[in-house]
Amino acid sequence: MAGASKAVADSRANLPFVYRQYSAEQLKQVLYKMYLIRRFEEGAEESYMRGLIHGTMHLSIGQEASAMGICMPLGEDDQITSTHRGHGHCIAKGAEVKRMFAEFFGKTTGYCKGRGGSMHIADVAKGNLGANGIVGGGIPIAVGAALSSKMMKTGKVVVSFFGDGANNEGAFHEALNMAAVWKLPVIFVCENNGYGMSTSTARSTAVKNIADRAAAYSMPGVIVNGNIFSEVAEASYKAVERARAGEGPTLIESKTYRHRGHSKSDRNRYRTKEEIEDWMSNRDPITLFENELSEFGFIDDKGIEAIRNGVAQEIADGIEFAKASPSPDVSETGNYVYTEQA
Amino acid sequence: MDAMVRELSYAQAIQEAMAIAMDMDERVFLMGEDIGVYGGAFQVTGDLVERYGTERVIDTPISELGGAGVAVGAALTGMRPIFEFQFSDFATLAMEQIVNQAAKMRFMLGGEVSVPVVMRFPAGSGTGAAAQHSQSLEAWLGHVPGLKVIQPATPYDAKGMLLAAVADPDPVMIFEHKLLYKMKGPVPEGYYTVPIGKADIRREGRDLTIVATSIMVQKALDAAAALEAESIDVEVVDLRTIRPMDKQTVIDSVKKTSRLMCVYEAVKTLGIGAEVSAMIAESEAFDYLDAPIVRLGGAETPIPYNPELEKATVPQVPDIISAARDLVKGVR
Repeated sequence: MAGASKAVADSRANLPFVYRQYSAEQLKQVLYKMYLIRRFEEGAEESYMRGLIHGTMHLSIGQEASAMGICMPLGEDDQITSTHRGHGHCIAKGAEVKRMFAEFFGKTTGYCKGRGGSMHIADVAKGNLGANGIVGGGIPIAVGAALSSKMMKTGKVVVSFFGDGANNEGAFHEALNMAAVWKLPVIFVCENNGYGMSTSTARSTAVKNIADRAAAYSMPGVIVNGNIFSEVAEASYKAVERARAGEGPTLIESKTYRHRGHSKSDRNRYRTKEEIEDWMSNRDPITLFENELSEFGFIDDKGIEAIRNGVAQEIADGIEFAKASPSPDVSETGNYVYTEQA
Repeated sequence: MDAMVRELSYAQAIQEAMAIAMDMDERVFLMGEDIGVYGGAFQVTGDLVERYGTERVIDTPISELGGAGVAVGAALTGMRPIFEFQFSDFATLAMEQIVNQAAKMRFMLGGEVSVPVVMRFPAGSGTGAAAQHSQSLEAWLGHVPGLKVIQPATPYDAKGMLLAAVADPDPVMIFEHKLLYKMKGPVPEGYYTVPIGKADIRREGRDLTIVATSIMVQKALDAAAALEAESIDVEVVDLRTIRPMDKQTVIDSVKKTSRLMCVYEAVKTLGIGAEVSAMIAESEAFDYLDAPIVRLGGAETPIPYNPELEKATVPQVPDIISAARDLVKGVR
């Protein structure tokens, strides 16, 4: 029991998993971070519109419970590999938004010193081995990190985030197979938001549920409602326990939805306004979690207001930090290609 | 080197290097297809699994992409994997992990990580294995910043360069010509390294510089020996590393001999010979040239099965002799 005392635990006996498992402070922190992810991406989107960020970005707005729920039982030493839609994972694993903004602005104070941008955001010190521009690219890498954990006996658990699109990549199948054969401490987390760019899972994937693929690799396949924080966290908690016990990998399918398009070029012609509206109005993960916290007496309106204000301030400060930070010098273009260079 | 250095085959030299690396550093381990009890398709790992166990000599499933990715991930998180491709041709199945991940991770993350992975690629033709098991793809990987690409041509270099590769913090790709595996040569015992990025003048000469790679080094030396009878004095430069290339050694040699010929087994067009030629054309050595540069490379075809056709698709010693003679005598 990570946070809640025994007396408190008894009073919460009939509540969902996270309310039994974690303290009110921890859960309020989760709400804070879910807002932080949402506002970070809104801030990044606005900065992009204003021409402060170039390139493109893939927003995970609507998937915050998935990132937070999966990372909830992870320790700071545990590691993740992430995806092109990876801002939420990065924040959930402990990154500072000011250094993320700085990276998006291409500044030297960014996590990748302006070399990676949105699609390669990483925070190695906090165990985030990096987002990835290649669909499925991080999955075998996560298995390799889990192999390191096993060989060096560090006890680390590795989570590999990927989307529904990646489940049709060869790398997914090769990686799951090896992880199962070698019983590695890795958790495969498919955030199924319904579409690989424009192509729905129904049109692209032969199985109904991506979790069904787990059977082919003799590992548990778990389906959770990715918009309900407690459900995601509970599945992750069990998978982490299994991995730490040396029992091998788990595949978690977190069914969710992205409110925004695939990237900045998306005209949203493959899904209806009604569908998007339904997910935004009726299944928003932050609203669902906030309502639960209120209903179960973990937070009041004042507490919610304080969280929102705190997040707004952190975002504003982060953007200012990024704006004020220096850009790399063009003379340093060749840095970091090889270790001896820098 | 002492007077009585023992001889090992190229394959034995690599195996010894891997054993030394594993003895010296517990983070070093081997991965690949059938490298355990089978001993590797070319018996390079041999009985290492008996000495180091299945936890450090890991048979992978036939999953080149996934296997390469696991090696990259392990290297990224503190291990020192040596990953064997059964044939270099199978790199095509793993290009994503090699090119997009291993090569770029340090750069993309602003120097926060390094990927000290070693990948070994049995390469080249001459075994009758036909078009999908005989290619020389080193220039593909040589085109990618972030990778180091080496082609040791002797047992001595095979051992020393592999040990240098394991000690290197960045991804090193080693192309080993399959016909070299049985080649014997002096190999000192114990640990030594041969630096990555340094060419070697294997034979000094005044009339012509031949820049050769891998198995073509020996062929160039054989041709040079034959040309001696005609009083043609050939300098043979073993490039050894194709990225980062040792330009200065080649430039200095060409300034001395005033003639350049590049000999390599890979398909001639857009290959290492093009790079070396262009590099010389851009350098101060250009003014020293007395004749056009000549490239001898592989034919513009896949490698055929028939042994006579197979031989005809890659440069052979008589081809080198005749091209060198023409070049020096100004026949072209």
